[in-house]
Amino acid sequence: MTINEVQDNIIEEFSLFDDWMDKYNILIDMGKGLPLIDPRFKVKDYLIEGCQSKVWLYPGYDGNIISFTADSDAIITRGIVALLIKVLTGRTPDEIIQANLYFIDRIGLRQNLSPTRSNGLLAMVRQMKLYAMAFKARQT
Amino acid sequence: MRDISEIRSDFPILQRRVYDKPLIYFDNGATSQKPLCVVDAVKEVYTTYNGNIHRGVHAMSDLTSEAYENSREKVRSFINAGSREEIIFTSGTTGSINSVAFSFGERYIKKGDEIILSNLEHHANIVPWQMMCERKGALLKVIPVNDNGEILFDEYLKLLSDRTRIVSVTQASNALGTILPVKEIIEAAHSHNIPVLIDGAQGIQHGIVDVQSLDCDFYVFSGHKIYGPTGIGVLYGKEKWLSDLPPYQGGGDMVDKVTFERTTYNELPFKFEAGTMNYSGAIGLGRALDYVTELGREEISLREKMLLDYATRRLSAIEGLRIYGNSANKISIISFLLKDIHQYDTGMILDKLGIAVRTGTHCAQPVMDRFGIDGTVRVSMCFYNTTEEIDILGTGIEKVISMFS
Repeated sequence: MTINEVQDNIIEEFSLFDDWMDKYNILIDMGKGLPLIDPRFKVKDYLIEGCQSKVWLYPGYDGNIISFTADSDAIITRGIVALLIKVLTGRTPDEIIQANLYFIDRIGLRQNLSPTRSNGLLAMVRQMKLYAMAFKARQT
Repeated sequence: MRDISEIRSDFPILQRRVYDKPLIYFDNGATSQKPLCVVDAVKEVYTTYNGNIHRGVHAMSDLTSEAYENSREKVRSFINAGSREEIIFTSGTTGSINSVAFSFGERYIKKGDEIILSNLEHHANIVPWQMMCERKGALLKVIPVNDNGEILFDEYLKLLSDRTRIVSVTQASNALGTILPVKEIIEAAHSHNIPVLIDGAQGIQHGIVDVQSLDCDFYVFSGHKIYGPTGIGVLYGKEKWLSDLPPYQGGGDMVDKVTFERTTYNELPFKFEAGTMNYSGAIGLGRALDYVTELGREEISLREKMLLDYATRRLSAIEGLRIYGNSANKISIISFLLKDIHQYDTGMILDKLGIAVRTGTHCAQPVMDRFGIDGTVRVSMCFYNTTEEIDILGTGIEKVISMFS
């Protein structure tokens, strides 16, 4: 599946629920199911500082594709990371750099999790793209 | 006290819904909602008599100056200060403390001097002192707290020494709710001739404050936490200190005579009010203090005690809920955590139920460190909250527990 196909699937899944409680239940389930980061990488170097909850994000790179693993001390945040990983893991650096993550707006995450909430959603996206750029730079 | 539903109708925002549920506002410790009379008072400034204060010869300037000075008198009366010269308008508690820390530091602090704070302080009553200490080579000394979140008074007495220059403590902890024995703290400091600043940001809205009876040297608070506008606050200082301290900021209106060689300063309180002040905010604050006085400060205090007791009973009955701050003497704040659920998760779900709480460290990281946690969920109530809202909160918390376990 392409990045956009995965995004469309997520949008469809969230559209089944009108109530925010149900949407949060999906996030919580995703958070619980997130492939956990290797404890070795749960260190300051891989920490994305957010005001409210901590997020660790590790990019594995095999020279071709990037595989992300992550963790957070808050489950909802873990659910949000899980969503981002679902869309962006197993992609080439170019795919990640060029990805237009429209699903964030479409499922109402952005207005609900605005940057002022300091949940680090935008920081997470930014960090994933930065890793992709760094790996791309290493290739050339 | 008036009927609660009638009181609630004074606050337009309490009528609104959020996520299609009635708004339950339990974040009063961060900022309080405003009664319509306060909003109207600010609106009236700009729609009927706006002019810059203390400057013009014209009617608008006179009317605004008069309203501004009336507000100063209202503040004076509200905290029972001895004179209007002792009431300085500032941008808020943070502005007030920065002003004292700077001016006091410039005048009195030398290398090796000590400042005493408590472990319960908000960052606003830590960082300005820390900055001053770095400049002057002075040291912060911290009064420790016990597991209930109460300061250890004996330890405080031990910290007082001939190196202590000032004690600056909060009247009540914004993170845990503990009310500090400020009268005793002040008496002990004064027996060593040490002045005391009381941070009243979480105190003034919950009961009667009489600065003369407390005998504090400085008392500071914010307008927006006592039903007034944002961006306005108060610095009360005994005249002997304010006369002696150098001004914090220079600018217009705070001067007597200016030449390029030398400037002499205006008299109190204007010496500390540089530039165009937030006069609409000050006027709004004056109206807010009237409102609180009309409701009855004793009645407010009693009602909030009732709400605190009710909420403590309701929340304590929830299995897996731990309350941080268990002093018998608290303002209407309950700080808690649920099982191993992150405070952010709890706050997000409560928000979706229409319940506004604060989560995180509450700008009081040293308090969190003391208890070995990285944050709590804080419910901060005030008189317009109801027992029905507390019941809905209780049910909401139970829902959070079921969602995350």
